[in-house]
Amino acid sequence: MSTPEAGTLEASPSGSAARPVLAPTRTALWNDPVKRGIVLQLLLAAFVLSVVWAAYGNMRANMSARGLVFGWDYLSRPANFAIGEALIPFSAQDSYGRALLVGILNTIKIAVVGIALTTFLGIALGVMRLSSNPLLARLVSGYIEVVRNTPLLLQLFLWYAIINSLPGPRQAVHFGPGMYLSNRGVKVPWLEWSPALWPMIWALVAGIIGAIIAGRMLARRREATGQAPPLWPVALGLIVGLPFLASAAQGFPATLTIPVLQGFNFAGGIELSPEFAALLTGLVLYTAAFVAEIVRGGIQSVYKGQWEAARSLGLSSGQLMRLVILPQALRVIIPPLTSQYLNLTKNSSLAVAIGYPDLVHISNTTMNQTGRAVEAILVFASIYLTISLLTSAFMNWYNARVAIMER
Amino acid sequence: MNAPMPTPLNVRSLSFVRGETLPQMPPPDDVRLSLSRRVARTYFGSPANAAITIGCILVLAWLLPPLLNWALFKATWTGNATACREAGGACWSFIREKFWFSVFGLYPFELRWRPGLVLALFAGMVAISVQQRFWSIKLIYAWVAALAVMWGLMGGNVLGIPVPGLDPVPTRLWGGWLVTIFLAVFGAALAYPIGIVLALGRRSQRPFVRLVCVCWIEFIRGVPLISLLFIATFIVPLFMPTGVELDRLIRAQIAFIMFAAAYMAEVFRGGLQAIPKGQYEGADSIGLNYSQKMRLIVLPQALKITIPAQVNTFIGMFKDTTLVLIIGIFDFFTTLRSSLGDANWLGFATEAYVYAAAVYFVCCYAMSQYSQRLETTLNEGQRR
Repeated sequence: MSTPEAGTLEASPSGSAARPVLAPTRTALWNDPVKRGIVLQLLLAAFVLSVVWAAYGNMRANMSARGLVFGWDYLSRPANFAIGEALIPFSAQDSYGRALLVGILNTIKIAVVGIALTTFLGIALGVMRLSSNPLLARLVSGYIEVVRNTPLLLQLFLWYAIINSLPGPRQAVHFGPGMYLSNRGVKVPWLEWSPALWPMIWALVAGIIGAIIAGRMLARRREATGQAPPLWPVALGLIVGLPFLASAAQGFPATLTIPVLQGFNFAGGIELSPEFAALLTGLVLYTAAFVAEIVRGGIQSVYKGQWEAARSLGLSSGQLMRLVILPQALRVIIPPLTSQYLNLTKNSSLAVAIGYPDLVHISNTTMNQTGRAVEAILVFASIYLTISLLTSAFMNWYNARVAIMER
Repeated sequence: MNAPMPTPLNVRSLSFVRGETLPQMPPPDDVRLSLSRRVARTYFGSPANAAITIGCILVLAWLLPPLLNWALFKATWTGNATACREAGGACWSFIREKFWFSVFGLYPFELRWRPGLVLALFAGMVAISVQQRFWSIKLIYAWVAALAVMWGLMGGNVLGIPVPGLDPVPTRLWGGWLVTIFLAVFGAALAYPIGIVLALGRRSQRPFVRLVCVCWIEFIRGVPLISLLFIATFIVPLFMPTGVELDRLIRAQIAFIMFAAAYMAEVFRGGLQAIPKGQYEGADSIGLNYSQKMRLIVLPQALKITIPAQVNTFIGMFKDTTLVLIIGIFDFFTTLRSSLGDANWLGFATEAYVYAAAVYFVCCYAMSQYSQRLETTLNEGQRR
């Protein structure tokens, strides 16, 4: 930015004496954009600093008046409360720090499971919304409108009420082999854990890595020669076959535990608590409606000529989607999709309302017991903030990578 | 350049130009199909399509009858809880019983004419504001005045100054629809100017201004709204000088304003970025200073093109007002939930949730339809 020199005339030193030589007048401070900018920013800085300083001073005074001290020592004290569900062993004698860790893991658990299910359901709904069958398209769009236009908190309460109004374990709804729905939550069969499963897990990891390498090799071959066998038989063989072989080599150590009714409750299988089930259902159904709209918008954003050109090349409808439409639609879909994932993670904090022990719920309990409100809120806010900033950093990187190169 | 003079084309001499009119073709198949054939083709055109149709009908047949039974045929519209339990369907008489409570909350019964007037005033302002012919600067002044009157009527004082002739009603007695409307409308009204300032600040050329705005926006957008409400409830009182106490509802309101302002700022930023660079340069070249450039050239366009996005942000914010439940403020939903504990009417939670969902749905759906209509009418000039 150049500085407009108000009221100055540049006189060349060699100028004739006939022309009046004007001494460069000084620009007034408030007319010089650069200096004005500096002054403005200094004023803003002074204002921000004084607000922060005043707030900090007040906080110290208020906290000492109420007998509160700021510090992290409480994290190592015993928590004295039990947590309904935890991914790591937790008892009431464990510390607040460990309770916090349980909360973080529970938040991650709901976020990961929720995001996986949301993606599937959202894509399915988005595609169904575009169906040429008006009945299906209308049904799905009605669902999307209802879910998007009601508050999530209300939906969570509704699901929680529905799960709680289900019959008890003895009259549980049997909705599939070994799957039960009752007011104690959802019971499904699960692999019984034993160390003998490790070789299978390693085989699975190796299979996935092998499939990725095979995909790269095939892509290179196709680029070089124009021909390559399809990837999926190789990938399937690696991802399913390797763990199967590993399991067979040990004589099939994996056992499935199936829930059976014993007395008043179920034994065996894996249990999703009513809180987890309600939160998961609510979050997935809510976010999937938004994802469906994003997917629909992304697919519709691909220019009509691309569809027609791909069809006229003779691509099948699967190839059309996979090779032409999706690569272009994903460019539009992925950024808002990531922000929906982020929303799901942030919205999982509504767990506090229905009692699922997530990060916010544990922090809230900690706060009520210890009075360490500032510390507890600081911790969970900064954890969410870290997740958000990491995600947006990833998004910036991704956007830069897939951006259409423009002149 | 000496281009050869174009010779006039003789159309008749070009062999690929047809000289005579062709006979009319019959219309395409689709148009000639009878209605029944068209329906058959749309719903049962291919085996997959037929399967989809049958699947949809099965889902509807499975869902609708029990739903209609519950909501209409077996429902109780008048009568007490015992009658409801005997009928076995939805207990709408519970909603009738609690309706006015869900509107006014615990507001003193004999003073209910005041929130009633507030609702009427609000409805009138909304009815005026949705019509584009009333959009002018005067409408903004009218809203400022209306908000002050609403506040004065509800609380009996404006910013601590008592209104003569009105008894003060503390905010802890406010509840129901009124609180939801106050949170949403005051939130939007104050978030709007703050959002504009934050958006301009984020695009400022002064690094420190930009830094402050970016940190502010990213912090608020990066944490769940619950954290802001917790901060407003538990930490903000600690920031206040000793002896100064902010009302709890006002603290939640401030959290909402900050929250909405950060999201609005991003909407406005999108608008500012969408204005072609030539507009900025044109304003510079005719010698407008920064504030003239923004006020006269850039913002009018940026605000106009983001109106649909603004409405969407407002819808999101309106839905998020329910979160005050967690800090124990009696908005519409919390008030309704509190009536679930009525010993005479136990066990009708589903009815309450359905009623609340219906109310929120009607409001949000109306707003989203309105924003879609605006999108087309505002683009009238841009359409090709």
